[in-house]
Amino acid sequence: MIHLSAAQMATKLADGETTSVALTHAHLERINAVDTDVHAFLFVDKDGALKQAAEVDAKRAAGEKLAPLAGVPLALKDVMTQKGIPTTAGSKILEGWRPPYDSTVVAKLKANDIVILGKTNMDEFAMGSSTENSAYGPTHNPWDLTRIPGGSGGGSSAALAAFEAPLAIGTDTGGSIRQPAAVTGTVGVKPTYGAVSRYGLIAFSSSLDQAGPCARTVLDAALLHEAIAGHDPKDSTSINAPVPQVVAAAKSGDVKGMKIGVVKELNGDGYQSGVRTRFEESLELLAAAGAEIVEVSAPNFEYALAAYYLIAPSECSSNLARFDAMRYGLRIGDVDGASAESVMNLTREIGFGREVKRRIILGTYALSSGYYDAYYGSAQKVRTLITQDFNRAFEKCDVMVSPTCPTTAFKIGEKSNDPIAMYLNDIATIPVNMAGIGGMSLPAGLAPEDGLPVGFQIMSPAMQDQRMYLVGAALEAALLSKWGAPLLSQVPALVGK
Amino acid sequence: MALSYDDVIAKYEPVLGLEVHVELNTKSKMFCGCSTIFGGEPNTQTCPVCLALPGALPTVNEKAIESTIKIGLALNCSIAPFSRFARKNYFYPDMPKNFQISQYDEPICVNGYVDVEIETDEGPKSFRIEIERVHMEEDTGKSLHVGGATGRIHGAEYSLLDYNRAGIPLVEIVTKIVPGTGKYAPEVAKAYVAELRDVLRSLGVSDVKMEQGSLRCDANVSLRLIGAQTLGTRSETKNVNSLRSVERAIRGEMIRHAELLNKGERVIQETRHFQEDTGLTRSGRSKEQAEDYRYFPEPDLVPVAPDAAWIETLRAGLPERPSIHRKRLQEAWSVPDKEMAAMINADVLNIVEATVNLGADPTKARSWWLGEISRIANEKNVAITELAITAADVAEIVALVTAGELTDKLARQVVEGVIAGEGKPAEVIAQRGIKVVNDDGALMAAIEKVCAEQPETAEKIRNGHLPAAGALIGAVMKETKGQADAARVRELLLGHLGHV
Repeated sequence: MIHLSAAQMATKLADGETTSVALTHAHLERINAVDTDVHAFLFVDKDGALKQAAEVDAKRAAGEKLAPLAGVPLALKDVMTQKGIPTTAGSKILEGWRPPYDSTVVAKLKANDIVILGKTNMDEFAMGSSTENSAYGPTHNPWDLTRIPGGSGGGSSAALAAFEAPLAIGTDTGGSIRQPAAVTGTVGVKPTYGAVSRYGLIAFSSSLDQAGPCARTVLDAALLHEAIAGHDPKDSTSINAPVPQVVAAAKSGDVKGMKIGVVKELNGDGYQSGVRTRFEESLELLAAAGAEIVEVSAPNFEYALAAYYLIAPSECSSNLARFDAMRYGLRIGDVDGASAESVMNLTREIGFGREVKRRIILGTYALSSGYYDAYYGSAQKVRTLITQDFNRAFEKCDVMVSPTCPTTAFKIGEKSNDPIAMYLNDIATIPVNMAGIGGMSLPAGLAPEDGLPVGFQIMSPAMQDQRMYLVGAALEAALLSKWGAPLLSQVPALVGK
Repeated sequence: MALSYDDVIAKYEPVLGLEVHVELNTKSKMFCGCSTIFGGEPNTQTCPVCLALPGALPTVNEKAIESTIKIGLALNCSIAPFSRFARKNYFYPDMPKNFQISQYDEPICVNGYVDVEIETDEGPKSFRIEIERVHMEEDTGKSLHVGGATGRIHGAEYSLLDYNRAGIPLVEIVTKIVPGTGKYAPEVAKAYVAELRDVLRSLGVSDVKMEQGSLRCDANVSLRLIGAQTLGTRSETKNVNSLRSVERAIRGEMIRHAELLNKGERVIQETRHFQEDTGLTRSGRSKEQAEDYRYFPEPDLVPVAPDAAWIETLRAGLPERPSIHRKRLQEAWSVPDKEMAAMINADVLNIVEATVNLGADPTKARSWWLGEISRIANEKNVAITELAITAADVAEIVALVTAGELTDKLARQVVEGVIAGEGKPAEVIAQRGIKVVNDDGALMAAIEKVCAEQPETAEKIRNGHLPAAGALIGAVMKETKGQADAARVRELLLGHLGHV
């Protein structure tokens, strides 16, 4: 049962072939069996999940009209607050904190009767591309436990690939939904900035952060997308417009006559050969499905990474200032006579990991008077140029595509001491965040040379998220008929204990 | 020997710069829905947003934007079609986010002015104070440092934090530099703050209570030799919390600066704290090294882009300017200039107006507030508005006097009782057994008794020497324990003695 898609599970629930309690039990058992190896979860809310599942079953038994995904379990990235449930954002500094409030995403999940299994591992404060920066130890890629599951949302993607949950919530600041999806053979969507409320999402970089759905199929992602998206008066940057009809798009998958723009700059040198092979093959399949493949150029994308590593650290240096041991979380050195300043200093020294400190320092420097214009100011200009690149390209095509990442999953520890190499992993995903548009990654197959999943990225204009679902569904269908079974049927069984 | 003020102004020209912080009186905070009511139990008016819990986000209070735009319009500012909030980053335990949401290079209102009039040696003179900007920000929480000698963080044993104030909407009104006020600098500054306060009050956007901190003034002062072009080093005196203190603080700083400069020493660029008891300032935080607040646009809030039509609606709805309003009142009430100035000085104009609006005669209302009630306020050393007597009470007392139910003397007792907290006028009258003796029979008995006791005086009056009546009226009043209406006594007495 755990190998079904969320949509199939929902059908079985609706038809009375199973119950949410049974489904939830099955996933809790799976977590129990394999998560020692995978370490996708930081906290499993067994009692809460079963209670929620029982409530949905009771509602269904009473004949209540339920939401499409009611009763289906989900894994929540630990960056989202959930009332009463430990929420750490992968950081030691929040150890032991139980939020007194639900994030809007969690409130919507609960309103949709989606069962929350627990909180998934992540790079500390979503800073990283491998989940190695978690203060609670790395997550392992179910395809090869010695490899990274991507990051920052490696816990969510690994949980999907290990069949510990059929759905997950991720957040994407520079690729943290899409890159983990790519390296685990799952589907991840970063909606248009503002489509999903950020209220209760522990901020890394406010102008870039965006929550989105993670799943094993495009349709599942679409169903979850519609459940969590929508205007939220608690988030000033939330879009006040109807949610695009992404479920309808995922069901249709009709790309006839659509123009698909291949980004010239996001291919070629630096991209692993198997990644390129699978990308080219996907383009052929889309062409065969009736889409027109065109080449588009985005000359300013080459500055995206540099600009990103000024804007994101700048915002994080300010966002993370609140972790000062005064009101919640860790408090170190609070002994007789210690000043507030020394407690703050010690707590931050011990509570934050190396990468987080690196970015706080970078950002503090970039915002300093005398440097602001050269760093933060210039980065914002680059951001405008990237948006203009997208706008020009979208005049020639309906969606843009590229490989999601230059490589397949690397080994745990391989890039830990080389931040630049680590940062380069996000080179193709970052421009989407900089422009605030939508981006999806879906599996394009395995790279022949290492047998690891390759991700195919689809980018759609702001507030046109349905377009990436159309293209994603078309490609998924074409690949499925080529392979005869979903890619994840090839993932190692992970017998565990 | 201390320098005299005259010595200072003979040699130096003061240059002012005034920053006024105003707490808006919105029901909810600047960026969340928490209550703004003053004096709640600590930390009861808080939520994830104003406590800066992880994940919480601010949203803008539209009413605060409206109030700020009204302030800008009333101060003749242009309203920016597009303005942004910015983060001002610094660490302090009572600042939950460790940054303050403020406005930096894109404030909502810019380039305004206020004209103030003061009395000079050459008669009334008007000064124009130019406004650089009016912007919105949020207040911090409050720290209470316990156990130290100074009540400051250094040396304290521990500190208590109350976040009820965190996120209260503040508006900061910043002037351009104000040169050219010469020896009137302290008076001009005071008049400016008073004018701001009146304008804000007329707009109904703030309680403008300086003593409670809902209007706080930071006064920047520097001196330069008369005729010099470059500005001297300034000091910034913080939280001057009364109009009188504004004047005293500036005068004090001018003298302090001049003494330093005369000795060849330099003025240190720093904040100073005004000491109410001595009228002097003490050194605060150095500003020699400009603090780096690492301002950047607040990414959690969309820019403020007020609709032009809305701005015009607000402009059309602005109340009468306080200065014009005052002129109109003066005419309507036929008050001499000097009396008008006295009312403004004593800060009773509004309450007199309120009393008149409740039906009291303007002259009588004025004389109560400016006379007896002001005297009691001075005696108790509190602001008149802090006394437990309202415009309605005074209007009621005036009405009772007019109806002859109270004499002036009895009315004073009632006023005293109301201020002492004995209740409303009717309650005070009832409790104290205050009652005008209206019974002519009783009065006649007293008159006859007094005339019998002082036959010579009575005879004088009978013979037409009316000024002598005073003595007998006094005696009758004494006889009736002051509860008689003196006018009626006089009438009856004269009648009794043949002057009908």
